[in-house]
Amino acid sequence: MADAKERKLPAPAISPETQPYWDAAAKGKLLVRKCTSCGEAHHYPRTICPFCFSDKTEWVEASGKGTIYSYSVMRRAPVPYAIAYVTLAEGPRMVTNIVDCDFDKLKCEQAVKLVFKPTEDGPPLPMFTPA
Amino acid sequence: MSIKGKAYIAGICEHPTRLATDLSLAQIHAEVAKGALEDAGLTKDDVDGYFCAGDAPGLGPMSMVEYMGLRPRHVDSTDTGGSSYILHVGHAAEAIAAGKCKVALITLAGRPRAEGMATGTVPRSRGGTPTPDEPFEFPYGPTVVNMYAQCAMRHMYEFGTTSEQLAWIKVAASHHAQYNPHALLKNVVTVEEVVNSPMISDPLHRLDCCVITDGGGAIVVVAPEIAAKLKRPKVKVLGASEFIKTQMGGKVDLTYSGARFTGPAAFAEAGVKPSDIKYASIYDSFTITVLMQLEDLGFCEKGKGGQFVADGNLISGVGKLPFNTDGGGLCSNHPANRGGLTKVLEAVRQLRGEAHPKVQVPNCDLAVAHGTGGSLGLRHGSATVILERE
Repeated sequence: MADAKERKLPAPAISPETQPYWDAAAKGKLLVRKCTSCGEAHHYPRTICPFCFSDKTEWVEASGKGTIYSYSVMRRAPVPYAIAYVTLAEGPRMVTNIVDCDFDKLKCEQAVKLVFKPTEDGPPLPMFTPA
Repeated sequence: MSIKGKAYIAGICEHPTRLATDLSLAQIHAEVAKGALEDAGLTKDDVDGYFCAGDAPGLGPMSMVEYMGLRPRHVDSTDTGGSSYILHVGHAAEAIAAGKCKVALITLAGRPRAEGMATGTVPRSRGGTPTPDEPFEFPYGPTVVNMYAQCAMRHMYEFGTTSEQLAWIKVAASHHAQYNPHALLKNVVTVEEVVNSPMISDPLHRLDCCVITDGGGAIVVVAPEIAAKLKRPKVKVLGASEFIKTQMGGKVDLTYSGARFTGPAAFAEAGVKPSDIKYASIYDSFTITVLMQLEDLGFCEKGKGGQFVADGNLISGVGKLPFNTDGGGLCSNHPANRGGLTKVLEAVRQLRGEAHPKVQVPNCDLAVAHGTGGSLGLRHGSATVILERE
């Protein structure tokens, strides 16, 4: 078992545009940004929709369910870790880590669920673990 | 308007060093500039266009223009990472076609090895104002290698590509590097040696990765009336294209690169097909980079890259598509962690008939050079040029 707690996670650099995302993360919630004009959710979050360029975007809470699109176990690190793209149930794919699992058993399209891991001096990071 | 036939590559230079402990960054830029101008039969005072990217010291072209004593009337420091210099060849041709310059100099240099940089295995923050993506990526530990590795992982999942097939790309590069006296890695390796080398980030092994080297290179692109007066073999720019491939707002697709767009556009401008190409310089930061770009450029169907590269098909004199006959970034040189410029250099050598006799492609009259800069798995700049010996 490789535990993300053994890795020191740097705090994200927060901008005014994305403060609500990190405030929600501190409460254990993952937000995605959704456009009310075209109906598409996107990631990473932006105020202007990257699909239709409308400024009518809003935060919605993600279900926390997803599947692994791809991953790689960084063996050559002081503490090996799994980086991944997870496809959220809401649609967008996000860069994340897969934690609290046997790295040798990970597979593409495997179902995962949301967990949070603390950073050194910032809000926690949304990560995923096998469902 | 097309750039077809509007510009020629008249001079090239690759710095012989792979470890530049005793050279300054600006000095390497100037040494390769001098080498390329001498190769062309031109002088510094003939240069009226200057192109560089993020490896150059200082802000854009300003420090290097001053250091080298240039007086350009056209400058361009577009930075798309390692593909910048292939893109610059296209931009230089555009500037020449528009009458903005007649002799364009492109330089690249870097000292990551002398500076002890952990190039591929440590996450890098750019510093300064964060890019908009950084808070959503950097804390998770993206490195150069583990993001390319995710492309390989997905390719294996969707298409059944194997580590052994990827290994053939390194094997082919090593067959070519044995004849390059300047190559960092001159030993011929086997598929078994590649797949048994240490795992760096699944599924990429140590020998799936390119070398880390210091050095640099330069290219001189000139107007047709200048090329006509020079004594070197004439290498004509037939077509060029560039594209930025992104995460597309979360609609991430790791199975293709920007070459899917730059390949068809460059081939169309040149009026040729992939099957016409005699030699290909293909960006080789990792084995998977080569495989995906070959598919996207149209040398084989999407998903069939593994079969295409296997059994020596990329080895000069053995296979159907000789690639990176200098040993490429996988074995010879990846100066400044940016492999695009050296891709153009070997294509020009092949077209001139000046590659090593053991790897020279007979009657090589049409070549492609293609690059991927940035990260194949995050966001990258693709650039393609098609070159012809006249």
